[in-house]
Amino acid sequence: MATAHAHADDHHYTATGIDNRKLAIWTFIGSECMFFASLIGTYLVYKGRDVVGPKPHGEWLLNGVAQEQMLEIPLVTFGTALLLFSSFFVVLALNGAQKGNRKQLIGWLLATIVCGVFFVGMQVYEFNHFAHRGMGYTTNLFSSTFYTLTGFHGTHVTLGLVWLVSVLVVALRGKLPPEKALNLEMAALYWHFVDVVWIVIFPVVYLIR
Amino acid sequence: MATTALEHAPAHHEEATGIWSWITTVDHKRIGIMYGVTAFLFFLLGGLEALVIRMQLWGPDGRLVSAEVYNQLFTMHGTTMIFLGVMPLSAMYFNYMIPLQLGARDVAFPRLNAFSYWVFLLGGLIINASWFFGAAPNGGWFGYANLTSAQYSPGLNIDFWTVGLQILGVASLAAAVNFFVTVINLRAPGMGMMHMPMFVWMSFITQILLLLSFPIITVALVLLMIDRSFGTHFFVPAGGGDPILWQHLFWLFGHPEVYILILPSFGIVSEILPVFSRKPLFGYAAMVFSGAFIAFVGFGVWAHHMFSTGMGPFADAFFALATMIIAIPTGVKIFNWIGTVWGGKLEFKTPMLFALGFIAMFIMGGLSGVMHASPPADLQQTDTYFIVAHFHYVLFGGAIFALTGGAYYWWPKMSGKMLDEGLGTLHFWLMMIGFNLTFFPMHIVGLNGMPRRVYTYSAESNFELLNKMETVGAFLLGLAMLVFMWNILKTWRSHQPPAPADPWNGATLEWAIPSPPQHFNFPALPRVHGRDALWEMKRVAGGTLPEPTPVAHDAVPMPNPSWKPLVAALGVAITLGGFIGGSHLWVHAVGLVVLFYGVYAWAFEDPFAATGH
Ligand SMILES: [Cu+2]
Repeated sequence: MATAHAHADDHHYTATGIDNRKLAIWTFIGSECMFFASLIGTYLVYKGRDVVGPKPHGEWLLNGVAQEQMLEIPLVTFGTALLLFSSFFVVLALNGAQKGNRKQLIGWLLATIVCGVFFVGMQVYEFNHFAHRGMGYTTNLFSSTFYTLTGFHGTHVTLGLVWLVSVLVVALRGKLPPEKALNLEMAALYWHFVDVVWIVIFPVVYLIR
Repeated sequence: MATTALEHAPAHHEEATGIWSWITTVDHKRIGIMYGVTAFLFFLLGGLEALVIRMQLWGPDGRLVSAEVYNQLFTMHGTTMIFLGVMPLSAMYFNYMIPLQLGARDVAFPRLNAFSYWVFLLGGLIINASWFFGAAPNGGWFGYANLTSAQYSPGLNIDFWTVGLQILGVASLAAAVNFFVTVINLRAPGMGMMHMPMFVWMSFITQILLLLSFPIITVALVLLMIDRSFGTHFFVPAGGGDPILWQHLFWLFGHPEVYILILPSFGIVSEILPVFSRKPLFGYAAMVFSGAFIAFVGFGVWAHHMFSTGMGPFADAFFALATMIIAIPTGVKIFNWIGTVWGGKLEFKTPMLFALGFIAMFIMGGLSGVMHASPPADLQQTDTYFIVAHFHYVLFGGAIFALTGGAYYWWPKMSGKMLDEGLGTLHFWLMMIGFNLTFFPMHIVGLNGMPRRVYTYSAESNFELLNKMETVGAFLLGLAMLVFMWNILKTWRSHQPPAPADPWNGATLEWAIPSPPQHFNFPALPRVHGRDALWEMKRVAGGTLPEPTPVAHDAVPMPNPSWKPLVAALGVAITLGGFIGGSHLWVHAVGLVVLFYGVYAWAFEDPFAATGH
């Protein structure tokens, strides 16, 4: 059936030549920008408007006793660096996938995932540490806005990791040939986006006093 | 050429029928029909709620329902009409018509499309399930915090609302990604962006609005839900929270939402007017750019809903001017519609009646809108029936008139049956008279000070006569709806010959293929060279085109049916449903397991795998 084959090709036709799935990821990312913009906006609106409790920067009082500042900038700077490097690594992995270089693909994808896991681990440690210092979710506006904003970002990182691990499993099974590199590219685009969001959150929450 | 081989292939293999084939369908036309049927049922429910409201207000000191039930009625009426009526009715046309008008076989992501529908259905069912708990949402469709915070709304009512709207948001966002990509990528070969039918253009702009505004209300709803479930203070003043932030977030979504409701209707009217005037749309480019301008400026006017919060003269002036500026592109559109009709060979078929009715009613709604764009006028009018009159003129006189006109226009294509013209004309005049009788007096009672959302009025207020008129009008609207349903039923059961492919001498590609279209729409993708592609093809052919003949059902490979989108949709609904009445960890966990199972089964499914039938 020559005709059927001719029409099967129509399923790859796009008016712009851009793959549908790639365009969809970009579209989704555009929408997600508004999601994080709203969360960051909320954080900024409430910054410094706490009635009680811990402050992000500088000392604060608990039952009349001075407490150290909450945010631990060196630790989070390290986590930020890891996330930035992971964005670089995933580019190398994608390059490996497109060239059909299995070693490059799997090695750098693994490195990306390790960095991501450390970032999430850092955040889990940070949240736990804060909880031990008495900053619960509902303690004050800072705690609620901080946990919500960074928590939603952390959830996005975690979902990105699940996605990357899924692609890794597919790659390990040898089912990610160069013509299917888009499957990694979509996850990589999402991963870059999650990174870029953190590049905004990090100065807004941790650096600007 | 490939097409000739196809045209001579015998038609065999009927398309699958039966309930399972609908549950697993990924065909944009079937999904469109499911959107339409579901939305119409919700629309009737919202209409019944409105009729109860009108009966309660028949005379002073109405005793039909209590204040508590009245709060639930107007909240659910608004929520239902906006999110479960007008939006999914527009989605019906997005689904059915965008691929056809683009000359495409389906949307870019057929399974995602099915997912959107199922999530929408589940969201609508969850919100309405609240009636069975006697706890329907009661905080208004805008759900102002901190009225809706736990302290003042301790019941389940608002939980159903926050959860239901979040679920519906997922459906809208998934659909918006899908249609955005579809419009950009699945235009038939040769169809440039400035060749697209105006309905596709306005729908495309609507998708952009959805993509940019729904995340904002999602954040607002999430924060409110967290406040209610975990005791944070995002909108609780006692903890430093600011209820005004809710209003900003809500209206940052809420005003673009107005255009999400009306732009598809602009598109429908822009399709109907040229066809029944036998003239191309006047000022095509001006139509596109005015639509885009409306959408763009629509993001900068949200605080005109908040003049009464006391934002100060600078903010008031800014938002007043920005709002008034929107009248300019809207005026451009109205002049273009009039320019389209001007000097045309008019045919007053039912779709045309509704399109013309739309223009007249929408102008009235637009004019009262410009009135309360002015803060001093708004301070008098806000929270009165004047506002109710205004937005019903744009959303009923506008959107519902256009959506109904679209139903008459596209019914032959979707069902293969022609609707009765006589009953259609009766439907139109009943609706026109009923509509104005219901909503025009609201301008007057509103300016005389009758407040919205209050379940009674006193006898001394002198509101009784006008309210009685409104109630009579509302029942006329109900009667008009019965005429419409009778029209559908009567023509459905009649043995009329099947509707031709092109009953109106249409200009766009949906009329090039049989009514209803075959599963794959176009045996061969059409080649397009400009606007009004079908008129152009007919002109080249020297008048009319031969009636298209169906080809073999399996002539074009189409994606297989799939139940995975339904599973993923159930996962979304269960996960979020766990937030009704606090946060139930095990419900979230079950939902996430279902969701991940659905997503993975979906991701690793080959849509074109041989099914072995
Ligand atoms: Cu508005």
